[in-house]
Amino acid sequence: MERAELPSPLQASRLAPVRSLLRAMIVPIMSVIVALAIGAVIISLSGANPLVAYSALFEGGLGSGRAIGRTLEKATPLIFGGLAVSLAFKCGLFNIGAQGQLLLGAIFAAFIGFSLQGLPAVVHIPLALLVGAIMGALWAAIAGTLKALTGAHEVITTIMLNFVAFNLTDWLSDGPWKDRSPGNIVARTPAVAPEARLPDIAGVPLGMILAVLAAIAVWWLIWRTTIGFELRTVGQNASAARYAGISVRRMTVLAMVASGFLAGLGGAVETLGVVGRFQPGFNVGLGFQAITIALLARTNPIAVIPASLLIGVMQAGASRMQFNSGVASEIIDVIQAIILFFVAADSIIRWILRLRAEEGERVTLSSGWGS
Amino acid sequence: MQITDTLARPSVARLPWVTIGVWGGLAILVLVAYARAPQATTAVLTSTIRQSTPIILGALAGIMCERSGVINIGIEGMMLIAAFLGFMFNVWTGDLLLATMGALLVGAAVGAFHALMSITLKVDQIIAGTVINILAVGLTGYFYQQGLTTRGKLTPVSIPVLADIPIIGPVFFSNPPITYASLVLIVVIHVLLFRTVWGLRTRAVGEHPAAADTVGIAVNRVRYINVIIGGMLAGLAGGFLTLESVGSFERNMTNGRGFVSLAVMIFGKWTPFGAWGGSLLFGFANALQSQIQFLKNQLPPWLAWIGDLPPQFIGMLPYVLTIAVLAGFVGRARPPAAIGKVYEKE
Repeated sequence: MERAELPSPLQASRLAPVRSLLRAMIVPIMSVIVALAIGAVIISLSGANPLVAYSALFEGGLGSGRAIGRTLEKATPLIFGGLAVSLAFKCGLFNIGAQGQLLLGAIFAAFIGFSLQGLPAVVHIPLALLVGAIMGALWAAIAGTLKALTGAHEVITTIMLNFVAFNLTDWLSDGPWKDRSPGNIVARTPAVAPEARLPDIAGVPLGMILAVLAAIAVWWLIWRTTIGFELRTVGQNASAARYAGISVRRMTVLAMVASGFLAGLGGAVETLGVVGRFQPGFNVGLGFQAITIALLARTNPIAVIPASLLIGVMQAGASRMQFNSGVASEIIDVIQAIILFFVAADSIIRWILRLRAEEGERVTLSSGWGS
Repeated sequence: MQITDTLARPSVARLPWVTIGVWGGLAILVLVAYARAPQATTAVLTSTIRQSTPIILGALAGIMCERSGVINIGIEGMMLIAAFLGFMFNVWTGDLLLATMGALLVGAAVGAFHALMSITLKVDQIIAGTVINILAVGLTGYFYQQGLTTRGKLTPVSIPVLADIPIIGPVFFSNPPITYASLVLIVVIHVLLFRTVWGLRTRAVGEHPAAADTVGIAVNRVRYINVIIGGMLAGLAGGFLTLESVGSFERNMTNGRGFVSLAVMIFGKWTPFGAWGGSLLFGFANALQSQIQFLKNQLPPWLAWIGDLPPQFIGMLPYVLTIAVLAGFVGRARPPAAIGKVYEKE
């Protein structure tokens, strides 16, 4: 309705999808560029050279085969986290608790990994992944059920559950599931059995492959199934959904369970693929990074992959940057927050580029407490 | 009709018997505990008041924002930034009063940023708050250097005569300045909201902005000012952490207090005194946690198992309590009607 000019047949048939894709990508891309520019100002303010810092950052994330491997490793849990947050967003839910769900998934995958010995890998790996994912799902189900039954807002319950999960896993890894091997004094579980470790397939870590498959699965669930349609309807307009006979409560619980399942799976993949055991203080900050990624990808499951790779590059290169330029690695948290700001306040970027507002699918979360 | 109902002052005629019963019961419990172990009881109660200080300040911040119709999920981040810069002001100037003022100003600035995002730029208010929370963790982490020291922190000031009263004296009249300020602010915000023209306007804007606009109230101006005041209150809570409670800054030292504040605000049905009740509950949970080592030997035999619990379980208590409170009270409390919605003139 907004567009006055008539689209030519060529544009409509072949170029329209490309154009709409470009239009959808311009705000996230500009947000990243502007955020990096502001980050450069902050780096200069603290007395370092932003060019040196950024070149070290990207060299550490992309400069060699090893660097790219590190980036993929960092991006894998981010994809799962970003998918978890995106899926919940589609149903109008804000899951800030990916962190806690990931912790639960990680420690239970570790438990299955170290407590069972002698299973073949084809049984052990799926079992450990599944148990981790289910524990993440159950942890998120607490928040989903409370929201559905009492209206307790998921933003507060999920963040509180993060703190509970942090204490719980701390206790498990320092108590009943502690590594009692001689010489160990820190809180950690024993190493998982070699059969439970994720292998590389054709040089690509299995975890990364699972992450990409998960993104496709989430896309399919949201856009190609009845459940996905109901989920989106609730997210767009809960009262209309109710009117159409969709159970909003059921969808709320379901969306949180699916979201927690993905986050838990992310934790399990990280444990079995990278760390090899559970240690407290694992992937701190993932919950917030997942939010940045979900909004950068505009909650599109496929776009979560490049968004995660971008944040993954920053994470992989942060230590090289700190080493080469003396810029503290926390600057990447600042840059991520600024990216989030510009993606959320897209009117600023649109104003800079003189773009018209588009009729995209918008998520509305501020519906207040208890509704 | 619903509007007049909620705009009315809290009714005095109907006494809240349940509340009186609960607090009366608690008072008796405190007296019994005091008779058994006077020192431990006083220690726990004093700690309760101090631990509840940042929570009630955060809840008051939430009340100011939400009564005018703006959700503020960024109180946690506002506290953290103000805690950090308050501490830095103390490092630079060595003057605790200036540092406290600095924390207030920083809170006001972050509040203005939240108002800019959620009112002018029309960012979803929950995402705006999340931006503040993430930015706070990043910025304070980036600029924080270890090993900075200050000459001290705010210390308790005893009020003559009153401080000598058993139990009440040490608990209420021998506190450091920000704790006193928080107690005074509960009354001030209550009066501001329910006894002044400004409060009436704030509540009108939060309930029915279109109606408020028709009678000539500048809706967005009222919202801006309230969110900035809220930011100052959150800033004072941050100042409490570094300038009064701990004396130095630690990464992520707010530890979810901003979110606990929001739960407390809902528990108190968006009223200052109700929120105070909630924050005392949390203060008590935190006090038990911090005093548990001291209390271990004083517990009666039938409670001795509490002393043997892993510390992580006691650490979970405030968070589990928040979830329980939220689940138990949110359905019964009605938030301001226009909350979370951007007001646009027609």
